[in-house]
Amino acid sequence: MSEVIVVTSGKGGVGKTTTTANIGSGLALKGYKVVLLDADIGLRNLDVVMGLENRIVYDLVDVVEGHCRIKQALIKDKRYSSLYLLPAAQTRDKNAVSPEQMQKLCDQLREDFDYIIIDCPAGIEQGFKNAIAGADRGIVVTTPEVSAVRDADRIIGLLEASELRNPSLILNRIRMNMVKRGDMMAMEDVVDILAIDLLGVVPDDENIVVSTNRGEPVVSDPSSLAGQAFRNIVERIIGNDVPLMNLDVNDGFMGKLKKLFGIGN
Amino acid sequence: MELLNLFNRKPSSGNVAKDRLKLLLIHDRINCSSELLEMMKTDIIRVISKYMDIDETELDIQIGQTKSEESNGTVPVLYANIPIKNMRKAGNQ
Repeated sequence: MSEVIVVTSGKGGVGKTTTTANIGSGLALKGYKVVLLDADIGLRNLDVVMGLENRIVYDLVDVVEGHCRIKQALIKDKRYSSLYLLPAAQTRDKNAVSPEQMQKLCDQLREDFDYIIIDCPAGIEQGFKNAIAGADRGIVVTTPEVSAVRDADRIIGLLEASELRNPSLILNRIRMNMVKRGDMMAMEDVVDILAIDLLGVVPDDENIVVSTNRGEPVVSDPSSLAGQAFRNIVERIIGNDVPLMNLDVNDGFMGKLKKLFGIGN
Repeated sequence: MELLNLFNRKPSSGNVAKDRLKLLLIHDRINCSSELLEMMKTDIIRVISKYMDIDETELDIQIGQTKSEESNGTVPVLYANIPIKNMRKAGNQ
């Protein structure tokens, strides 16, 4: 039984692509056959985050228009043999494909993969409608800011209106030191306001910038807090009950030592 | 910094964000613009004025939220506080 998961947010720049890359890599790390599908036609970025930008020959639009077979467009990941990327077209726009075509494509990919993870473009227009057309479940990414949470609320409404019931939430870029001093909305506040299930909380982590610079998803970095957060999210996606990790800031010597050895967090 | 916060009574920015967001979403979710609310207000005044004298300047109509009777969540609610000046029209009926 394969599953099509769409990663969406409404607002741009909250970490959809990074989340897609890490969930996909994390699932592949667990041994699943995974394909990442970049639905952001015209503004593709998933290839760059995955470090596969030099290997693109064909793209999603080529497949949909019948210029090539799906297998020809799939790019095999550098690190995980069971992970593939289907890149978006860069020189076309969102209207180059229709929801029906996306649905058909997803169904074809189901035959060969356990998980199909779709990176949805920002916004609520055609690109969004295409990206969610073939999905079984939705993940909504947000950051603890008024604008991002507001857009997430709108997206949740639209997902539910399109029969994608029970979307789950990833709260990205939380900074516990700011939450502690009352200068950032807490996880509980955001979950309370949006009233949906929490899939995970990802701390703001410099390692994300470093790993994105290198084109290597942070999920495989054992010393990174964000990496651990994504590994936990992957566990929850495959149905394992993992407690939320302790994000309490502990900048003391012991805290740093614990972090170094990957314990306590 | 925290010591300073004790003296100036400004609410924390996190709480400000939370409150702004809650209000924003109440309006977003019911899809009700301020123009719509204004139109509704005019209509309500017109209907009520048929039966009683009301104080239009003190009239307060807004959308808020209240605890749902069915579930644990909250539901949007229309508050209308309409001060009555005189019931004379009602007596004429």
